[in-house]
Formats: sequence, C-alpha cells, structure tokens
Amino acid sequence: MNFSHILNSKKIALSVVLSVFLTFCTCKTFAIQHEEHAAEAAAETEHEEKFEPSEVILEHIADSHFFHVGGHISFPLPVILYTDKGFEVFSSEKFEHGHKAHQGKYYTYALVKDKIKVVDAEGKINEEAKVYDFSITKNVASMWLSIVLLLVIFFSVASAYKKREGKAPKGLQSFIEPLIVFVRDDIARPNIGRRYNSFMPLLLTIFFFIWINNLIGLVPFFPGGSNLTGNIAVTFVLAVITLIVTNINGNKYYWKHIFLPDVPFWLYPIMWPVELVGVISKPFALMIRLFANITAGHIIVLSLISLIFVFKSAYVSLVSVPFVVFMDVLELLVAALQAFIFTLLTALFIGTAVEEHHH
Amino acid sequence: MELVTPEIGLVFWTTVSFLILFFLLAKFAWKPIMKAIDERERSIEDALLKADAAKEEMSRLTNENEALLKQARAERDQILAEARKLKEQIVAEARTTAQTEGARMLELARIEINNQKALALTDVKNQVAALSLEIAEKVLRKEFEDGSKQDALVADLLKEVKLK
Amino acid sequence: MIGSIAALGAGLAVIGAGIGIGQVGGKAMEGISRQPEAAGKIQTAMIIAAALIEGAALFGVVVSFLGLK
Repeated sequence: MNFSHILNSKKIALSVVLSVFLTFCTCKTFAIQHEEHAAEAAAETEHEEKFEPSEVILEHIADSHFFHVGGHISFPLPVILYTDKGFEVFSSEKFEHGHKAHQGKYYTYALVKDKIKVVDAEGKINEEAKVYDFSITKNVASMWLSIVLLLVIFFSVASAYKKREGKAPKGLQSFIEPLIVFVRDDIARPNIGRRYNSFMPLLLTIFFFIWINNLIGLVPFFPGGSNLTGNIAVTFVLAVITLIVTNINGNKYYWKHIFLPDVPFWLYPIMWPVELVGVISKPFALMIRLFANITAGHIIVLSLISLIFVFKSAYVSLVSVPFVVFMDVLELLVAALQAFIFTLLTALFIGTAVEEHHH
Repeated sequence: MELVTPEIGLVFWTTVSFLILFFLLAKFAWKPIMKAIDERERSIEDALLKADAAKEEMSRLTNENEALLKQARAERDQILAEARKLKEQIVAEARTTAQTEGARMLELARIEINNQKALALTDVKNQVAALSLEIAEKVLRKEFEDGSKQDALVADLLKEVKLK
Repeated sequence: MIGSIAALGAGLAVIGAGIGIGQVGGKAMEGISRQPEAAGKIQTAMIIAAALIEGAALFGVVVSFLGLK
C-alpha cells in the first residue's frame, strides 16, 4: 500500500489552488455574515455590544431551520413535527427568524436557540408536550444536495463505463476510477480479504458520502457551509451502519472469540462485558472521530475569523486570514483523510468479523 | 452537551437518505462500474499474458529458425566438404588411371617399336642377303663366261688344295 | 467556569495524544529509513495507529464539549 502517489499527484496542486480560491470566498462570506451579526447586535440596542465568539461559533456549527445564503437572505425550510397529537407541517418562514411563535394545529411553537419548543400563550416553554422534530433542516437539505451530486456524478460515470466499454477512462471517469481502485486495492482487499467484493458497494458509498459532505462543509457560501459530517447524528448513523454490517457478517470464529475466548472458563463473566464493550466502542470511536475532527476544523476556522471581531480591528485579518487559508488547505486534506480512515476502519472491523481462523 | 446529543430528526433523515443512496448507487453505479473495471483489468491482464506468450512463441520461433539455419549451414558445409573430397578423390583416381594407362601404352608402344625394328632389321638382312646373292651370282656369271677362266680357277683351286 | 476546566481537560488529553502520535510517527520514520521498501505498509499501519490514538484524544475533547452549555 503506497499512498505517496496521492501526495505526488498533480491533483494536489489543483486542490491547493481551489482551496485558496475557496478560502477567499470564506473570508468574504464570513465577513458578510459577521457584519450581519454585528448589525444585528447593533440593532438589538446598545446594551449588548459584546461579541460572543463561542456563541457565534456554536451557532455556525449547529443545525438550523433556515438556510443562510448571505446577508439577510436565507431560505426557509419545511418544519415537520411529530407531536403526541399528530403530524404538523409548516414552513420555518412562520418563525420569522425565531422572533415569533407559530400557532400550529395542536400547539404553539417557538424557536428557542434554533430548537423547536412548544410554548403556551405567554411564551413560556411547555415541557410536558412531547414534540419530535423531523424537520428538513439545513443539514438535511445539504445532505440531499450531496446525495444528488453523488447520484449525478456516479450515474454519469456508470453510463460512461457502459458507453465506452473496454476503453480507457475519460474525463470524470478517469478522476473517479483511481479513487474506486484505491478503495478496492488499498482499503477493501488488504483488510477484508477474500470476500472483499461483497462489501465494496458499502465502503464506496461511505467513502464518497463522507468525503463529499466534508468538502461541502468546507464551501463557505450558499449551498455549502453546513456542518453535516461534524454533526453527531450523522456520524452516529454511519457508525451504527458499520456496527450492524460488522455483526451480521460475523462468522463463528468472531462470535467464538467474543463468547468463548481462550481463557479459563471462570474468567468468562469478566471477558464478556469487556468483549461486548469492545464491539460497541469501535464504532463509537468511529462516530466520535469523524464528528470531532470535522467540528474541530470548523471551530478553528471560525475562531480565527472571530478574532477580527473580538479585537474589532480589520488589521487582525492580516494575521487571521493567512491562518484561515492554511487551515482550509489542511482541512481539505483532513476531509479526504477522515473519509479514508472511516472507510479503512470499517473495512478493518468487517475484516476481523469475516476472517477465517488461523490460530 | 447539545453538540454531542444526536437529534432524532437528523438521525431519521440520515438513515433514510443514506440507505436510499446506498441502494441506488449499489444497483446503478457500483455494480456496472466495478464490473467494467474488473473486466477491463482482466482484459488487460489477458492481453499482457497473450503478449508474453506471443513474445515467447516469437523467441521460440526465432530460436528454431536459428537452429534450422545453423543445421542447414552445417549440412551445406558438410555437403561441400564431401563434394570437395569426392572431387579430389575423383581427380586423384583419374590421375592414377591416366598415369597407369599412359605407362601401359608407352610400354605397348615400346614393344611394338622393338617388334617393328626387329622386323625391319630382318627384312633388311634378308634383302641384303638376297642382294648379295644376286650380286654374287651376277659377278660369278660374268667371271665364268669364258672357259679359260674357269679352267684357270679350277687350276688355282686345285693348286691350293695340293699345297695343303 | 466548568467550560474552562473542561477546556483544560481537553488540553491534557491532547498532550497525551500528541506524545502518542509523535511516538508512532517517529518510530514509523525509523522503520521506513531502515526498510524503505516497506514504506507503504508502514504508512498504513501508522495511519491506523495514529487514528486510534487520536480517537482517545477526541474522547477527551468530546467530554470537554459536554462541559459546554
């Protein structure tokens, strides 16, 4: 397995150029957004002038019921609620950026810190009414965008393969093919072994899903900018899929290793919990790793931008913008690396589950 | 805390979307792509193997040709050598035959010559004898044309006989 | 206050992971310089080991996230 070709390839130069370009966009749009915040802060009368970087950052990496385009423009997204009385569907426009409560069919809802809560007539939060939020949030919309992108890319590549059967790859095909071959030869085959072929679709889907969403998360302006792979719910689902696939494919050696390990039988009561914790903790670590890496990257970039507003001086940007450029380039690497590591570890776990015994 | 609590809505939508994405891609993208890549790789491998085999065949043929050529050359050399030997043998034989024949013919010629010479000599001797006789006859005849002479001779001869 | 203490904890977790990953990277370099032909395999093993150590550090970081409101 030699990865040096990844670093040596011409594509890295291309991506560096692209990332620099994107970073300038970052600065611009963040600047716009922060101006907005500053303006809002100013508008919210002078009694709260202090810029709170941690609040702003947390707001940016959290999910939202609006899709910000820039400035004061943002798309409202559909709100879907499941309450104990039934479903409710309305547009998030009704909240007017969280300033107003909305009278639904069953309850009155309000946005509290971008979370939908049931409120009573006086605006007090009613904790008793159960409401589950199935809204199409910014992250869901962004995920669908990524899915559409993936489908378009890979359907066109697949049709190219059908059209140009047996010929050398061309265009997009020749960009995608090395990646697919890389997943097959460097991730699936060495870690899973003989049965790698049946897990290829899952590994490829996970790899490209995580990668494209990491990249979309790095795009600072409208269709991007969501923190999807840095959201614990998404990584949770991916990790659970890994957990399920690993365990339903576990062969008898895998289960024997967990329930009847080669230790004296009186150690079994100790070994079982340890092994079961091991089974759970591996996907758990996957979940935390992806979430924390992507979130940390976003937090660092946002913190560097926030410095400008903390010090209230445009000259700070002379320092923070180069750092942001550097971080964004690094994040491009991290985006690919985390997708690679998630896929590699998934392959490794599946490999240990389907491995024939050699003892 | 809020940051590390999965929200039910996003979990639900991620699960649904990811599964749909997985099945769509698995069916319509990964399957044909993997198949095409595998097939192409197999065909490339086949082509390489075939090229190798062809190369091997080629070198085998070349070797064979060379061997044949070598053999042919050796054969030709052998034939040439044999021919040369034969030629020499024939020439030598011819020479010895010619020499013996020549010698024999010379011998024959010598014998003939000797014979002829002997014959000629005998002939000459005979002729000389005949001629001498004739001459002698003629002389005698002339001598004894008159009786006196005959008497004189007889008288001489007789004289001689008496003397003895 | 809790947030600050949590941040301190995150910092401590990162120290441990930093030392760990440094060890992994250093040893991998040694291994590669000793056996350059095995560079690919060593790199993969190194990335996996680094990712696992990083996982431990990230647990610490996540615990510090818990300290946030």
